[in-house]
Amino acid sequence: MHRTRIIDHVILLIGAFIMVTPVVVAFMTSTHDAADIHRNGLSLTWGGHFAETYETVLTREGGFTGKVTGFNMMMNSMILGLGFAVGKIVLSMLAAYAIVYFRFPLATFFFWVIFTTLLLPLEVRILPSYEVMNALKLTNTYTGLIVPLLASATGTFYFRQFFKSVPDELLEAARIDGAGPFKFFIDVLVPLSRTMMAAIFIIMFVYGWNQYLWPTLMTTDEGFFTLVRGIKQILLVWVGSNIPDYNEAFALAILAMLPPVMIVVIFQRWFIKGLTESDK
Amino acid sequence: MRGTSGREGQQAPAKRVQFSSPFLPYLFLAPQLAIILVFFYWPSVQAVQSSFYLEDPFGFGSTFVGLTNYTDVLKSTEYLGIARFTAVFTALVTFFALATGLLLAVKADGVIRGNAADKTLLIWVYAIAPPVAGLIGMMFFNQHIGPMVELARWFGWDIKVGLDYSDTAFAMIVVSVWKQIPYNFIFFLSGLQGIPVSVREAATLDCRSELRRFWTVTLPLLAPTAFFLLIINTTYALFDTFGVIDVMVKDKAANNPITLVYKVYMDGFRGSDLGGSSAQSVILMLVVLVLTVFQFRFIERRVHYN
Repeated sequence: MHRTRIIDHVILLIGAFIMVTPVVVAFMTSTHDAADIHRNGLSLTWGGHFAETYETVLTREGGFTGKVTGFNMMMNSMILGLGFAVGKIVLSMLAAYAIVYFRFPLATFFFWVIFTTLLLPLEVRILPSYEVMNALKLTNTYTGLIVPLLASATGTFYFRQFFKSVPDELLEAARIDGAGPFKFFIDVLVPLSRTMMAAIFIIMFVYGWNQYLWPTLMTTDEGFFTLVRGIKQILLVWVGSNIPDYNEAFALAILAMLPPVMIVVIFQRWFIKGLTESDK
Repeated sequence: MRGTSGREGQQAPAKRVQFSSPFLPYLFLAPQLAIILVFFYWPSVQAVQSSFYLEDPFGFGSTFVGLTNYTDVLKSTEYLGIARFTAVFTALVTFFALATGLLLAVKADGVIRGNAADKTLLIWVYAIAPPVAGLIGMMFFNQHIGPMVELARWFGWDIKVGLDYSDTAFAMIVVSVWKQIPYNFIFFLSGLQGIPVSVREAATLDCRSELRRFWTVTLPLLAPTAFFLLIINTTYALFDTFGVIDVMVKDKAANNPITLVYKVYMDGFRGSDLGGSSAQSVILMLVVLVLTVFQFRFIERRVHYN
């Protein structure tokens, strides 16, 4: 019995090591200067160039137009992450409210219209989606970046499940008190949904921030690049340079993962709740 | 994310009391419906439609060619090669991501029951975007500075990611698995912690061997979770690994392994073969549809037997 316990711990330690080390190495290496990395390889120790490298990465104007900074890309990532998460919550709460709390003739039909979107991920219809965006002149806009990603029913289903679990007595009581649909939604349902909203916000923010394929298609103007979208550009720039700026590449990678990782770590409980409970 | 909430397909049993209003429900549904119509139904219909047409390369309209795009795609040895690689890649990524996630969850369940802080180390990688994981992977497999290259050399393996087909495939699989482990870990762990204590105790009394107990009691109880994860991991390997692959092949797809989604992207955006790319999209749609139907059939069964 005692022996298996030790083995369990060892396996967990190895697991944690494998999950954590690459990122720690990426961070530590980013604090060395490029020539040092080129000579000595990746590093597990502090290099002392943290401030310079991160300042360069965040403020130096680069790219083809010479006007894009890391800070700029970070802001775009933030807009995409926040815009997507907020949009998702607003749209899906409203739609779920209509489906669960209203009696209307086309309810079943609309339920299926929305439900069908779960069948086909964006990746299988990228080219036609791009054509549509082109036709609507939405390429290189924040609208084009965010809104098409909202065209899926995930959030609606989370909230539908949740609303269904809200006791009927609340609505009965509210109606006796004379509350209409708007009042009930704002004064009863929204406050009740707070935890649920937080959980979904976290998941959706991470999802939005981490988008890659869609921003790659939608944005050719570097002013709209997100950090995650800019990653490949970083790698492409190396081709042909003598001493690649490994440190800067690592620094950008760290910046690109920092906000979502922080959110998941800090709000771990809500994050796990949102991820697992919503699909029971 | 996709599909995670789609496990229940039945129409909602109406609330006992509901509002009735001639226009309010439509008002609340309008924003979501508008976005879905414009950005989901329109492109989807367009994809199916343009898969039957041949686009004139100079932009002078298009001609109806029936199933030619499909037969061209399915006869192409290149496409079939990529399909074969995608199948192998998906199978390997799914298997190793699930197996590692399960192993860690089982061990964590025994050791850190209920302690949230210890789980953090194992789950935070969930928040890293696939292309960022790909970038870190590229560094670890870099010819000059990569520790993985040195490690492989130790075993007499001269690993050349980006140059050698199977070496690149290996690196892609490693990175894709690494990125997906936390997701599986979270679900397996919550599945394990959902097993009632009484069942665990009964199992311990009945069966001394820990390994046998795992196979005969724990695993069957985890089957619904495992099946759900199987579908999610398959779609992850098929679609979400795009970022990993795109970063790792760095636009030099010629001698490197790519998946079907990447091929759709390349033909559509690099090659401007609209019809062929659309036909490939539709083929992928069918794959996803089959997976989803499979998922719902299973969930129906589960609902009946529970």
